[in-house]
Amino acid sequence: MKPFQYTKAVTQQSAIEAIAKPGVKIIAGGTNLVDLMKRGVTAPDKLVDINNLPLKSISLDKAGQLHIGALALNSTVSESPLVLEQQPLLAMALKAGASPQLRNMATVGGNMMQRTRCAYFYDTTMPCNKRQPGSGCGALEGYNRMHAIFGTSNKCIAVHPSDMCVALAALGAEVTVSSRKGSRVIPFTDFHRLPGDHPEKDNTLADGELITGVVISNNKFAKNSYYLKIRDRQSYAFALVSVAAALEINNGTIKEARLAMGGVAHKPWRLYDAEKALAGKPANEESFNQAAQIAMQGAKGYQFNSFKLKLAPAAITEALKHAAGIA
Amino acid sequence: MTNNQSTKGLSRIDGRLKVTGAARYSAEFAPAGMVYGVLVGSTITKGTIKSIDSKAAERAPGVLSVITHQNCPRIAGYQVEPGKKEPEKGTYKLFYNNKILFNGQPIAIVIADTFERALYAASLVKAQYNAAEHNTRLIDQKHEAFAPEGDGTSKRGEADAWKTAPFKLEQEYIIPSEVHSPMELHAIIAKWDAADRLTVWTKTQGVQDTRDGIASIFKLPRENIQVNSKFVGGAFGSALQVWPHEVAAIVAAKLVKRPVKLVLGRADMFTSVGYRPHTWQKIGIGATADGKLVGITHEAIGQTSAYEDFNEGPIGVSRATYACANVNTLYKLSALDIGSPTWMRGPGEATGAFALESALDELSYQLNIDPVELRIINHADTDPESGKPFSSKYLKEAYKLGADAIGWSDRKTKPGATAQNGWLVGYGMGGGMFGAYRDKAAARVVMKDDGTLLIQTAVSDIGPGTGTMIVTIASEEMGLPAEKIKFDLGDSSLPLAPSQGGSGTTATVGSAVYQACTDLKENFQKLAGNGGTDKPDYAAILKRNNLQKLEVTSTTNGGPERDKYAMYAWSVHFVKVLVHPATGVVKIDKAVCVADCGHVVSPKTARSQLIGGAIGGIGMALMEEVVIDHRYGRLVNNNFADYHVPVNADIPQIEAIFVNKPDPYINPMGAKGMAEIALIGMAPAVANAVYNATGKRVRELPITPDKLLGKDGAMES
Repeated sequence: MKPFQYTKAVTQQSAIEAIAKPGVKIIAGGTNLVDLMKRGVTAPDKLVDINNLPLKSISLDKAGQLHIGALALNSTVSESPLVLEQQPLLAMALKAGASPQLRNMATVGGNMMQRTRCAYFYDTTMPCNKRQPGSGCGALEGYNRMHAIFGTSNKCIAVHPSDMCVALAALGAEVTVSSRKGSRVIPFTDFHRLPGDHPEKDNTLADGELITGVVISNNKFAKNSYYLKIRDRQSYAFALVSVAAALEINNGTIKEARLAMGGVAHKPWRLYDAEKALAGKPANEESFNQAAQIAMQGAKGYQFNSFKLKLAPAAITEALKHAAGIA
Repeated sequence: MTNNQSTKGLSRIDGRLKVTGAARYSAEFAPAGMVYGVLVGSTITKGTIKSIDSKAAERAPGVLSVITHQNCPRIAGYQVEPGKKEPEKGTYKLFYNNKILFNGQPIAIVIADTFERALYAASLVKAQYNAAEHNTRLIDQKHEAFAPEGDGTSKRGEADAWKTAPFKLEQEYIIPSEVHSPMELHAIIAKWDAADRLTVWTKTQGVQDTRDGIASIFKLPRENIQVNSKFVGGAFGSALQVWPHEVAAIVAAKLVKRPVKLVLGRADMFTSVGYRPHTWQKIGIGATADGKLVGITHEAIGQTSAYEDFNEGPIGVSRATYACANVNTLYKLSALDIGSPTWMRGPGEATGAFALESALDELSYQLNIDPVELRIINHADTDPESGKPFSSKYLKEAYKLGADAIGWSDRKTKPGATAQNGWLVGYGMGGGMFGAYRDKAAARVVMKDDGTLLIQTAVSDIGPGTGTMIVTIASEEMGLPAEKIKFDLGDSSLPLAPSQGGSGTTATVGSAVYQACTDLKENFQKLAGNGGTDKPDYAAILKRNNLQKLEVTSTTNGGPERDKYAMYAWSVHFVKVLVHPATGVVKIDKAVCVADCGHVVSPKTARSQLIGGAIGGIGMALMEEVVIDHRYGRLVNNNFADYHVPVNADIPQIEAIFVNKPDPYINPMGAKGMAEIALIGMAPAVANAVYNATGKRVRELPITPDKLLGKDGAMES
């Protein structure tokens, strides 16, 4: 990899000052960034290590909102009694991701910032608009078995690889960020973006902004939520498709539903229409099948991934059945 | 030798060294002044190098040299004799000319004072190419396949006799290319001790074959070359030859006059050290109503490279496994613009068995005969090829042991008939066979006056537990506790041993150790005079005779028994799978692997080896597949995140069972190898179980959810 400078930020302010300059990247767990640097996909001039910043806490406020610091480890969050009690869907999704070794290094903020695992993005000899805008999309007519079926553009059909983010999208979390200009809150579903004409931009984080944490508002999904991940092997494999399903059920009737999918789009794919269709319906397989069909509207398959058009609705139904306790 | 039926046995002798990190692998030595080499790979698939710009790399900090075809010192063994033409095919010659034969082919080595600096400088080497049209897709090239030298075709009885049978089928079976994926990366440290004397530490399955290979490439006397490979972290066939990266390190070390270490990256492990070839097969098979096989026709086309013919004979299983009067085979190679394939655990047989054992399963449904019963009906009592008796064969017993252990009687013939918590349940089985070889080998045993025994032989231990096997044999033969026995392996200066491959080490090297111990004991008995016992006090005898040690080197080889008997080891794998009908996810619920490999010398390590091979077979069945983007000829999954081998979560309880009856002829221990049969037959067992669960026959591995869902997403039945 290209030689680079490395510094450790001791305060949030100093980190924000450091990243205000171009060519500077933040490093936390480094589970993805270091790989990208080794492969020459990214070549920062300077790394700012933020692991010493006090952004590791997990707490519940008076309104029942769960606050998770950007530097909380994936493994810590997945085993936190607060998370398991309040937002078990998040813990399930985290445990479905990566391997224990990676979860012990990876942070919540870093998980959100991980890049796609598209092979064309990683191989610097092949075309990729995300890595090198204007070079073309290798996956569009290449090996696209793992690729998107929703929200693609002719510039990029990559998927976001995270499991955690699928759960956070379903739960309607918010992202808190800080920069020289101050702090702001980004709804989780607005954090990641679709590729459009600018697949090089994964998210809506502005230059110089530091993720400080995520907030999940109080909800009644803890009893009936489930994260289903369909993959080629049972651990350490990215999702063919995954589904985060959360239900609030009263006497067998769905009061509110939340659904998001992974492995199908450039961002965690929230299924709003299917959620709406589920509200007020009985929590049974028929309702779930209907919702799954609605969820698939607008889906488009490519040469090697059209199986997802069948796998995705099957997975939605399956996840909802698990969430409702009727699997 | 006692026929020890105990399942206890020694624990892995070097296990503690391995788990504590004390075992030193080839990359873990540091001769004084060592520097680091990193290879630069071609980014085109076929064509020529127009130019290479290495100036920036040469100027980068810490760089000692950049070697390309433009400045590579002459490698003596590469040179063509004056007046002779460059052969069209032969081993790939590193940095020899400007030709590009496959993507990732090394075009330069950068040598620097640290690994990081070498790696960075390697990224600065820029090549310009004249690209030519390439082909990396086997299926496109089928029509251009050619018969390999040797046995392309064969016929026993009538050709295509299966067509005349009342029950018959013809189907195509495809396996993708798979890579060995050992945990330990290939690595070499090359150190020139003088202008014509070389020491290397390298990952190899055979230190003496590597020594001889290097001697031939560099035209050095082989006694001038010392090869060390004390520990090997898995190889599976990938370390049976001298690879270009080893040549690169040796050349570099000579040029910079410093020891050079070169460790391949994981991506290079996919392109530079061989793989199991992508193979298309077609089987026609027919039987009478009572299940007796009428004929088998087995065709195969396997992938090879443009510069080398790799022949692993996958069709051999159809000739050798079952009693069938009419068998004809046709085997061809297809030369693709990819690096050469090589041996990979169960070479040939693992590929062939997927086709044959799947086809037999398909036939069993047509005939409505239980798959185990169908195999028993067609059991070969003598070798179908030669007519010779088998030296030993207890396959029928193996079928019974396996069927009982998996609960075969719970299997319903009708596919999809059983469900468990919303998952479809299926049972399947498949068999494997592999020749039981015994080669020439020597061992030196040294008894010291402190009562300890040292055993020396050049063999490598790539992980099966060779050291444990050797100590077990010596311990039983000499009547010594294992703690008193030390062994020394993986050093080319030690007594003769062939490479560890083809499941031959126990029969070959074990026999030499056995013989050396027998000879040593005899010498002690002579020394002790008439009062000698079978298990004497060695130290006391040495002291009485004023000797510090007594040593013997014995050489053994297979004898005339090989002319009289056909020698094979057999396995049978039983699998219970769960398949989710909506998502196509397959889980192995239970697996039982039975090996008929003669007497089991080292029960614990044999058990591990059987389980390990079975896991390799599960990977082959469910997930392993090298994927190439044929537009570029480049791999798109050359890493462990995207190329899947099984992880713990994929593997259920695997029951390993040994028939454990000695072969009376093969060697004094009655032991046959079992590395290959541990894997061979596992993949079809899984595929057959998936069919039993779902009614969906997958004839192209691996069996991933998308294949089970099919184009319309529904499981066909």
